Amino acid sequence: MEYAIKVEGLTKRFGEFVAVNDISFSIPKGSIFALLGPNGSGKTTTIKIICGVLRATKGYVEVLGNDVSKYPEQVKQNIGYVSQKFSLYEDLTVEENIEFYGAIYDLSKDEIEEKKAKLLKFFGFEGREKSLVGTLSGGMKQKLAFACATLHNPQILILDEPTAGVDPISRKEYWEMIRVFSQSGVTVLVTSHYMDEAERCDYVAFMFNGILKEVDTPANVKTKYSSHSIEDVFMKVFSQ
Amino acid sequence: MNGFSIRRFVAIAKKEFIQIKRDKASFVLAFVAPFIMLMLFGYAVKMDIENVSIGILDMAKTQESRELVSKLQNTRYFKPTFFAQNQVEIESSLDSGKIKAALIIPSHFTKLLKQNKSPEVLFIVDGTDPTIAKTVFSSGILTMQNFAQKNYAVKPIVDVRTRVKYNPSMKSELFTIPGLMGLIMQNITIILTAFAIVREREKGTMEQLIVTPIKSIELILGKLVPYTFLGLGDFLVALLFGILWFKVPVRGNILLLFVLGMEFVICALMIGMLISSVSKTQLQAMQLALLFLLPSVLLSGFMFPREAMPAVIRFVGNFVPLTYFLIILRGIVLKGVGIEYLWDEVLVLIFLGLVLLFISIKRFSKRFD
Repeated sequence: MEYAIKVEGLTKRFGEFVAVNDISFSIPKGSIFALLGPNGSGKTTTIKIICGVLRATKGYVEVLGNDVSKYPEQVKQNIGYVSQKFSLYEDLTVEENIEFYGAIYDLSKDEIEEKKAKLLKFFGFEGREKSLVGTLSGGMKQKLAFACATLHNPQILILDEPTAGVDPISRKEYWEMIRVFSQSGVTVLVTSHYMDEAERCDYVAFMFNGILKEVDTPANVKTKYSSHSIEDVFMKVFSQ
Repeated sequence: MNGFSIRRFVAIAKKEFIQIKRDKASFVLAFVAPFIMLMLFGYAVKMDIENVSIGILDMAKTQESRELVSKLQNTRYFKPTFFAQNQVEIESSLDSGKIKAALIIPSHFTKLLKQNKSPEVLFIVDGTDPTIAKTVFSSGILTMQNFAQKNYAVKPIVDVRTRVKYNPSMKSELFTIPGLMGLIMQNITIILTAFAIVREREKGTMEQLIVTPIKSIELILGKLVPYTFLGLGDFLVALLFGILWFKVPVRGNILLLFVLGMEFVICALMIGMLISSVSKTQLQAMQLALLFLLPSVLLSGFMFPREAMPAVIRFVGNFVPLTYFLIILRGIVLKGVGIEYLWDEVLVLIFLGLVLLFISIKRFSKRFD
């Protein structure tokens, strides 16, 4: 199997505190991989190391065949990232944010225009192009963040708690978007603490206090723990 | 992929322009603050001393003694406000601060003059404020000596002819206003850019930016562009205001002044950028900026001559870009000199700018540990 992301023996310490403790997993190309765990379990730290933003204390991370610690810029060009906290410019309009990130990913003017028209339509932003992002609803903001992260046709999408605090309808729409991108061959790494969302993924992994517990398909973990839902599995793994 | 991307650089500059345009606070800071500073400094930092109240105790009461008093009055440095009857009145007026200086003319004043002898007059100066005292003291003595030489045969040994160049009437505005242009440019640009990077860090937008392939140099240079325009705009405002309102003559080449002004703006921006890239919060950036700006007013020689400072303090002043730009400003504006006299300062500014740029880029790492 071809892997988009390979993590081997990854450890990250902040002083005495061990945020990520010797974890290993691989994500097959084109799959949706969910990293599940409570807040503070080390999910975001793991993601930041994969994105080349944070340096690992120990271990090896490979993204699309590139060693992240050696070629962080190569990796960045191929990753679309949506952070936990909304991080687009609230004082720019929808259109301006898209144009800005297009140029940051070194797309030409024509490419940006084409992409912009497509994304605005796909994400339902028609009529709101000239609205300041600060005036959008939470769900709209998340969609825009998603749109900006996919501008440069990344092969990998990394979404850190994208649906936290989003209403159920927007969450459903959001997962439909993820599905569309996944079907076009994009690998998706998503963190969440909504267990129902994990059911939609190809692989799930549970993380507690920096330790990775189970990495498998949702069906397999459910069988293993003889549970009917991932939520149930989560509680069982957590109580161990 | 590895080279500098013009497209990314332009995107950052454009974004920054839009953000400044929409941020009313920076706009006010950029264009209203210079006016306030010019007015405040232009009028408050006046070192010219005029119309000092002087008390007179004229015990001679002759035509000559009255002539001496009117000579003092004519210099405009003095204004006789109090004519005392005795020495006690003089002392108590000095104590109460009603007068800052006093002249006591003895009763035998005219008699001695007519005998070609030097009569003694007592000139008392309130030394509480040394700046006022020094000026009052020297102009008082000078006036009285002139009086003696012109009217009577008291000849000096060396005949000194004086000529004050560049600012013949020794107006202090001509000294402060050009310096003020530099100070305003420095303060505004440093304060605005000090927030440039740390604001994105605090708002969280930096998090998105660092996962993109953007390079530190593209980000930092891109952010510098709009602030360079703002800084030059401020310079123009200060320059026009100085010329039209404070009547500061620009004797040198105004184009050269503008080009070197741009060099200085970039240098000041780099300081702000460095502050921004080492600060974790906007509050920290503001504190760091003030920590730099306040001493720079003193160290650069904006108000007090660097020549009078102890060697250590003068040495520290060498690291303040404003120090060099003040020399350039006063050189071009007041002395009308060309670049041939200013190469040292120009080169030091370029060097400081490059060093600061280098440190900022190194300090602003896209990776966190």
